[in-house]
Order: sequence, then C-alpha cells, then structure tokens
Amino acid sequence: MKIKNIFTYCFISSLFLFSLICIWKILVTLQGIELTNFNFNKLFTFGIVLCLINLLIGKKLNLNIKITILALLFSIFDYFISINLPIWYSFGIFLISLFFFNNIKDYDKNFLSKNHSSQKLFFNFLTLFGITLFSFVILFPFYMMLITSFKTQALLLLNPLDFSINFARGLPELFKSYFVVFKDYNFGRYMLTSTIVSLGTVIITLIFAIPAAYAVARLNFFGKNFLSTSILIIYLFPAIVLVIPLYTIFSQLGLRNSIEGLLIVYTATTLPVAIYMLQGYFKSIPKELEEAGIIDGQNWLGIIFKIILPLSLPAISSVALYVFMIAWNEFLFSLMFLDRPNTFTLSRAIQFLNVGAETPRQYLMAGSVVVTLPILIIFVYFEKYLVSGLTAGSVKG
Amino acid sequence: MSSKLAKIEKRTAYLLILPSVLLVFSIILFPIFSNIWISFKNVELKDLRIPEPRAKKLVKLIKDNPNQIKVIYKLRNSSLTQEITNVKFKDKYPDSIEPIDLDNKCQFKSNLLKCELGNWPKKYRENLEIVFQNTNNEEISKKEIKSYKPKLSGKSQNILLTYEFTLNNFKKVIKDKAFIDLLSTTFYYTFFGTIGAIVFGILAAQMVNQKFFGRTFMRSVLLFPYVAPVVALAYTWELLLDPTSGTLNNLLINYQIIDGPINLLGQKYVTLNILGFDFKLRLALTTVIIFEIWRYFPLAFLFILARLQAVPKELYEAADVDGANPIQKFLNITLPQILAVISILFMIRFIWNFNKFEDIFLLTGGASGTRTLPINVYQQGFSIGDIGMGSAVSIVIVVFLLIFMFIYFKLLGKRADEN
Repeated sequence: MKIKNIFTYCFISSLFLFSLICIWKILVTLQGIELTNFNFNKLFTFGIVLCLINLLIGKKLNLNIKITILALLFSIFDYFISINLPIWYSFGIFLISLFFFNNIKDYDKNFLSKNHSSQKLFFNFLTLFGITLFSFVILFPFYMMLITSFKTQALLLLNPLDFSINFARGLPELFKSYFVVFKDYNFGRYMLTSTIVSLGTVIITLIFAIPAAYAVARLNFFGKNFLSTSILIIYLFPAIVLVIPLYTIFSQLGLRNSIEGLLIVYTATTLPVAIYMLQGYFKSIPKELEEAGIIDGQNWLGIIFKIILPLSLPAISSVALYVFMIAWNEFLFSLMFLDRPNTFTLSRAIQFLNVGAETPRQYLMAGSVVVTLPILIIFVYFEKYLVSGLTAGSVKG
Repeated sequence: MSSKLAKIEKRTAYLLILPSVLLVFSIILFPIFSNIWISFKNVELKDLRIPEPRAKKLVKLIKDNPNQIKVIYKLRNSSLTQEITNVKFKDKYPDSIEPIDLDNKCQFKSNLLKCELGNWPKKYRENLEIVFQNTNNEEISKKEIKSYKPKLSGKSQNILLTYEFTLNNFKKVIKDKAFIDLLSTTFYYTFFGTIGAIVFGILAAQMVNQKFFGRTFMRSVLLFPYVAPVVALAYTWELLLDPTSGTLNNLLINYQIIDGPINLLGQKYVTLNILGFDFKLRLALTTVIIFEIWRYFPLAFLFILARLQAVPKELYEAADVDGANPIQKFLNITLPQILAVISILFMIRFIWNFNKFEDIFLLTGGASGTRTLPINVYQQGFSIGDIGMGSAVSIVIVVFLLIFMFIYFKLLGKRADEN
C-alpha cells in the first residue's frame, strides 16, 4: 500500500464530501435560513479523519453499521460547529454523509493497492459530484422562476435569498401574480395567439413538407440531387440575415402585425428541416409496399395517404413536435413583426413586459412560467419523439 | 410505355415539390438576395411607408335648401418625405344626384365623380368642395352619400425600386473604428461559446453514459435549457445576476466570497490578478458566453451521448486487460470514437453561435462590450433606423457564413470519403 494512494484517497474523498455539504448548505441558505460560513477547515479535516477510520475498519465491521456510525459522527460534529439551525438541516447532513460513506464503504487497504485506484476514485467522485452539480445548475433557474412568481414585491425585497414557499399565505395569495398576468396583462389572449400560431405552423408545414419529402425520397426527376443538398444549405441561413428584407417587404405589403405574416415566415423557416427529416424516414419504408399499392390501382395521392402516412406516424409526430417547439419559442420574428399588443405572441409579450414600465419581477416570472410550462410538459411527455426531432434538427438552434 | 411513366412521375414530382419550393424561395432565398440590393441603397426606416393619397369625406347639409348638399373632401399626401404624381380620384353617387358648378379638374358622368388632381408634393393638403343637388326635388339622404368611399390612386417612387445605388453603407461598415472590435467580440463569443458547450457536453455525456439511479430523469433534465423559451430563461438569468437584489451576488456576499456586488451583465472589464499578473477579462461578454454554454451544451450532450452508446464495449474490456487507467481509456478509446461527431458539432455550433441574436439581445441588449455582428444588424437597422446599413452588415454575416459553410461541407465530404 502506497502512502501516496492513502493521501489522494483521503484528500479526494473529503473534498467530495465537503462539496456535497456546500451544495446542501447553499440550498438551505436559499430557504431563507441564515448560514454564512462553509466551515471549510473544520469539516475538511474531520472528513479526512473519518475517511481514514473508514479505511482502517475496512470490512471488519458490518458495512451498514459502519456507514451509519460514520455518518452519525459527521452530523454530530457538524451540529456542534454550526449553531441555531433547524433539525431538518442536520438530518439532510446525515443523509448526505450516509450517501457518501455508502460510496466509500468498500474501500480498504486491498483496493488502494490496486492499479490506478486513485484515478478510479477520482473519476467515480467526479461523476457523482458532476451529476449533483449539473442538476443543481440546470434546475436552479427554473426553480427560481417558479418560486419568484409566488412571491410578493415586499417579500422579495425583505430577503432576496428566501426561496421557500409559505403555504400559510393561502393559495389565492400565492397565485396572485398569475391572476394579475392573465387579467391585467392580457396573457390569456397572448397564449391563444401563441397556440394558434404554433399549431398553424405545424399543420401548414406538414401539408407542404409531406408531399415534397415524398417526391425527394421516392420519385425521379431532374434536379433532385441539387434540391436535396440545397435544403440543408438553406436551413443553415439564420433568421438575422432575413430580418431586414422581410421587414421591408412585409411593411410595404401590410403583412406586419398580422398572424398570417408570422405563419408564412415560420412555415418557410421550418420547412427545410421538416422536408429533410421526413425524406430520410420515407426512404426507410420498403418500396415493395408502394408497388403493392400501385398494383392495387392506387394513384400517388392514395399511396401517400394510405401507405406512407400511416407507416411514418412516429417521424411525423417528431417533426410536428419539433416544429411546434420552434414556433412556440421563436422570438426574433415576433419582435420584428409585431408591435401592436393585440397581435403579440407570449414571447413578445414577456419582452414587452420587461422593456415597458417597471414591471414587478414576480409578474415577469409568472409570465415566464406561463410560456415555459407548456413546452416543458410537452417535452417530458413526448420526450422520445422530441429527442429524435432535436437530433435531426439540431443543425440549427 | 416506360418513358410515358417516367414523364408522369416527373410531373407528379414537380407538382409535389412546387409549393414548398415557391414558399422557401419567396421567404428565404429572395430576401437573402434582396439584402444585396438594399445594402447598396440609402434607405431609412421612415422611407419604408409607401406614400398614399388619402381623402376624408365630409357631407354637410345646407340649411335653407334641403335638396342641396355640400360634400367636402379633405385631401392629403400621407408621406412627409415623398411626392405623389398623377393622382386620380373616383367616387360614386346615388342616382338622380348631380353637381352644381364642378371644378374643372373633375368630371361627372353616370353617377361617377372623376378628378385628375395632378401632382402632390410631400405633406400636401387641400380641400375639395362640391355642391350637389337632387334632380327630382326629393330630400338628399346624407347617409347614402356617406356610404360610398372615394378611391384614390397615384404614382409614387418606391425608394426600394429605384436604380440609385451607393457604396456608402459598405464604406461606413468597414471604415467604422468599432468594426474590428465588433468582429473580435463576435469571434470571441462564438469560439468560446462553442468550445465550452462541447466540453460540457462531453462531461455530461460521460456522466450519463454510466449506470446510476435516475439516469433517464437526468437525461431529460439536461435538455431543459435547450427546450425552454429563450425569453423566459434570459430574464430569469437577468434576475439571478442582478447586482443589488440578484440571488447570485447575495449568495456570494453571504458566504463572504466577494466584498461587494458585481454587475455581471453591466460591467465591461474586470481586472483579475493571477500570480501577480493583471488580466483584463471582458466580464459581461464572459457572462453572456456562460449563458450561451448553459443553454446549448445539451445539444452537444445529446449528440455525444448517442455516439458514446455506439462505442463497442469490447474496446474498454480489452483496455482493462491491458491495464489502462481511466484517463488513458478516455484519450485512446473514447476521444477517437467521438472525434468525428465533435468536429461536425463544432462547425454547426460555430455557424449558429456566430449568428446568435436573441440571447445577447435579451441579456444585455448589446451593451457593455457584448455587441456582436447580429446585434449590430438590429441596432443599425432598427435602433438607428438605417435599413441600408443594417443590410450591409447582414451581407458581411452572409459572406462569413458562406466561408464557414464551404469549410463545413468540405469536412462533411471528407468524412463521407473516410466511411
């Protein structure tokens, strides 16, 4: 057993434990509890001591008893160096240290004398820590968005770190921002517009894309190769280079401030990717099925409707979901084309809220929740389809 | 027979693709080309409104004479900057009504009033008054006369359709002292945003590729930032980073990591002292890049994870037999396997970050050293109102884009050859 290995083992393990405790402490702070010190020196040293004890005990004791004892020791130590904290805080510390010691329970002298043990240890902990940290960093803004929308201006100013929900305020009081957003800021209307625009884009895109994709996938015609490569190139052109000409043309045609104008632009910008995704799928459908259809006397329309469409429902749903997501989240064109509040989409309305007079932030966040929630629900529910859509359409984003 | 079938097939194909081609052509390709046209013109936002001749019709009864009526047309040129030539006027009247002493510009024939009003300079206003009488001595209905709307037509120069061109826009773009700064900001943002997203994508994919409790949940969560609307996320981050009441600053102050609040989105530079050397870091730009990484690493993650899952397990088992350590396994097995995906991902993300507009626009609006080329298109075209300049900047973007695409397709072709 090398001294170096013991040293790295203790150092890495204790650091990992300390990082987990830090994340927990930050979470506790965000519940409005006063906590101003991470106690790095004390906790880190004690962590090293406990890791050494764990190594020395090895498998001489029942593993479950060992980890419980070590975790208890650590929580009691933490309880004594931090004062005046609620009991659930210490319970959290106990659970975290239990989880930690459970991860290192198998490490004993034998493990440390194996090859690359310190690297393995490091990467194990890095993975565990990475998962915790990534979840925290990703979910925190969403959590904050939601909780801020339940607060009042006074509560937000009182303690900007308090992200707890006080159910004693009663449900109508908690959801007040949502009532205000829907009643005073007209979000019901914007939501309707957004829904119409997104669904409309999906339907029109599919109507245009399915026949075109079928032609590109199956039929022979002059210029086919050129067409299928240019689809990808066109798709790579960003909205920002289209904005000025489209703005000038649309203002002269009077198409600005209209849902029709928005629908045309959204359809045209999502069409290339829809064709690209669909033709790939159509190509994978066996040709024999269509030939059977031709023998049965079907024409092209019949083949598309009776054979191709039913078989490619999964691909069509992922295209539809992807296009819906793009249209719902779209911001640049709605910023450019809509400047009358009665035609706003949700994204544009939230931007208008922020730019306009000093809108209290809980209303802004309530609006943000209103625009985010539907798309997240759709994503979680139809994840399989949407992920394949994302992968295929990720050329752009 | 077969040639006939081929002909039918061809015709059907063209019929099926025609609607899509037309739409994409008119909304995507045509604007890209008209960008070139506009960028050589001196057009401002206020020139975009087409000048229109307008008339407001007022009908007045004459007190002593119930079968006579006075009609006043308030005429004006809607444009403050352009003249309208050859204005023609048309209005309809009910039967049995005819004008008394008509202006010589006008004619009245079979219930139709037609006038040639000539040329209207900019801001032009005039009143046209005509008295009508009823031929069969009945009372004239004011309502009926008002129900007809006058029709006007005139020719005006549409500034977008003239053949006057200028090179001034491009001269201004290139001579602008901030242009170099603009380019370097754009490349800095694009490069670090792309690299960061890929590095974090690799890390996340490595993590999720292992078995642990809640793995599928983790995979969904990692994609949240990419799926959620940018508006909501940008404003949440703005609140999070706010110097006075933001969570991050308060948290850092609470744990005594920093002494005073840092304005992460509003401060252009921050001086860092590392090992006795002073580094000037572009703070707001870095924050925007971090947001960018946070929002787009899921995409890299998704791609790399799909590739990782396809790496044969035998390779790792063989490495274990050879006694390779985790770093060696990553460098010698994983990395070569995902290298192709990473290079394609890098190109795609590079192109897209180069054109990213919304994220910076919503977070800083292009202030405190975060002005990139796409932000400049917006600012020139809509904040300053110089459409021609905005177009010229768009052309600069398109030129860069074409270069990137050329490289990208070269790379794609090379990869296809290798397979």
